[in-house]
Amino acid sequence: MSIKKFAVAAYDDEAVLFPAVKKVRGSGYKIHDVYTPFAVHGLDVALGEKESDLHIAGFIYGITGTCTALGFMGWIFTTDWPQNFGGKPHFPLPAFIPITFELTVLFAAVGMVLTFCYLNQIMPGVKKHIFHPRQTDDLFVMAIEVDDSNAAETEAFLKSTGAVETNIQIAESEWWYGRFDKKEDYEIQQQLA
Amino acid sequence: MHLKYESVIREALVDGNKDYHQVTEDICAPIENPPTKLWKIGFFLSAALLAFGAFSVGWEVYWGTGVWNLNKTIGWGWDITNFVWWVGIGHAGTLISAILLLFRQGWRTGVNRAAEAMTIFAVMCAGQFPIWHMGRVWDAFFVLPYGNTRGPLWPNFISPLLWDVFAISTYFTVSLLFWYSGLIPDFATIRDRAKTKLRKRLYGLASFGWAGSAKHWQRHEMLSLVLAGLSTPLVLSVHTIVSFDFATSIVPGWHTTIFPPYFVAGAVFSGFAMVQTLLVITRKVLNLQEYITIGHIEAMNKVIVLTGSIVGVAYLTELFIAYYSGVLWEQEAFRLRVMGPYWWAYWAMMTCNVVSPQLFWFKNLRRNIWFTFFMSIIVNIGMWFERFVIIMALHRDYLPSSWSYYTPSWTEVGFYLGSFGLFFTCFFLFAKYFPVIAIAEIKFILKTSGQNYKDKMNAIEEQSDEHFIEEQSHHH
Repeated sequence: MSIKKFAVAAYDDEAVLFPAVKKVRGSGYKIHDVYTPFAVHGLDVALGEKESDLHIAGFIYGITGTCTALGFMGWIFTTDWPQNFGGKPHFPLPAFIPITFELTVLFAAVGMVLTFCYLNQIMPGVKKHIFHPRQTDDLFVMAIEVDDSNAAETEAFLKSTGAVETNIQIAESEWWYGRFDKKEDYEIQQQLA
Repeated sequence: MHLKYESVIREALVDGNKDYHQVTEDICAPIENPPTKLWKIGFFLSAALLAFGAFSVGWEVYWGTGVWNLNKTIGWGWDITNFVWWVGIGHAGTLISAILLLFRQGWRTGVNRAAEAMTIFAVMCAGQFPIWHMGRVWDAFFVLPYGNTRGPLWPNFISPLLWDVFAISTYFTVSLLFWYSGLIPDFATIRDRAKTKLRKRLYGLASFGWAGSAKHWQRHEMLSLVLAGLSTPLVLSVHTIVSFDFATSIVPGWHTTIFPPYFVAGAVFSGFAMVQTLLVITRKVLNLQEYITIGHIEAMNKVIVLTGSIVGVAYLTELFIAYYSGVLWEQEAFRLRVMGPYWWAYWAMMTCNVVSPQLFWFKNLRRNIWFTFFMSIIVNIGMWFERFVIIMALHRDYLPSSWSYYTPSWTEVGFYLGSFGLFFTCFFLFAKYFPVIAIAEIKFILKTSGQNYKDKMNAIEEQSDEHFIEEQSHHH
């Protein structure tokens, strides 16, 4: 758990968001994250994110599936229990293709989805701080980590970039096990304050 | 100005005056409102049908497969007919979400969620038939290659029936993962606007804690793209492998190389018909006509007329090749299909699959809701008969004393009705508790394909080239 302070800005249009991201980064602020209700193309580039390597992981899982299927069936048919099926060869490669293909796809898909969940740290029971309830609806929300000295100044700067809403929030920056129908302690304290 | 351009000649994919928030409101409304009377009646009927199906299957398990009217020549009967039919229906969803994604067909966003749900439920129904057909169903796990105490004795990896086990289970798993990965952000949307505690908690669990971070979206896009790339050959492989159940046998009428492409085309054909049946009703009941427009329906009718024509060509090719082969048994098998005791099934298939879909060449029929609904039912009847005709091809084998005429028993009919119960029970639950349209994907295309955004383009379209260039260059 690491509870930090954030200056948060909400934008209502991606056409405003892009110049704002550019301006914020250009002024030397470090963006904690930007939350959007849908995949905004080009935002990852604007934020300086590297391209995802998920497809490489997918390829490796797929190849693993291919080798598993061929190796397993080949071992069974030639070594473990060789049988004569109508005089066919013991390593009938063409007849192995369907299962080999299916396992390739299965391994790649399952592996990629698990990797996706692991990288994003998402899982049933995982909770993350939602800076704005409408960040999954119609707002584009930017969060910048601040301390007591620069909080007010950062918020004012964000306001100037065209945000429709800005505020300062104390928030957990990582994920934790929790329920979305319950408020966390730091959220309750913040509400009282 | 941020200019997103798509030709105004292209029909809008989202009608009406929408912004991002309105999209959320419209699609979440059925989930947040109490279920309608129509929903309750439909759900109750489906559950009753499912219960009757369970009873029929229970009867079969208790007494054994002997209660089915299978005989010496017809070993598969209605059971495997229904299996192939349901698997075929389960092809449209992944085709829409995977192949149309790769072809960058924007209209898929309106229908992919429901179509994929339909795929998953149809594959669940399909899976029941071979499993209960085993008779000693408690030994069903024998199909899995696990280290058993009988040697270990492994399953026969070069049998098409085992390929089916791998193909169907892989298809089900991958479709489910693809579907669910798209659902995660939409569940987060429902969670963050939920008013009740229970809804917050359950959709919180279902959304895996998704927050919509830019990096996560980037990975999400990559995941969708690669899963689409994997699903595209997968969806083609599944019905190919199902067709191998027939094609790799050496039975006249089954042993044909045309089966894989012809089965795949037929599967897409029947799958789109089932999508039409469901969505024509769903869009009306859930008030989603602005998201599933007449344009969407027309696009799917175009796919139906194309695949229907492919299937028609395949039927004629089959007849020609049977004649041209010069093989007496092959010729007789096809003569019996057309003019034998099951002539009525053959002609029902021909009429429903080949003749009637040709009416979709007319634009006003393609855009007619009632006609589309009627045709979608007709196509599915036709496709059921196609599988029935193929399986009934065995009713006369080489030994005249075994010749027979098969009709199903009540348990077989009950099992089939029960599969409808399972399918619609799942679909009703989906329509009530899941976002029927992919919210995030609609928002993604809204500014290029929403009607109110397209209307704004008219003014720009009318500008002269010089004026347009000057206007745009000022912004960069």
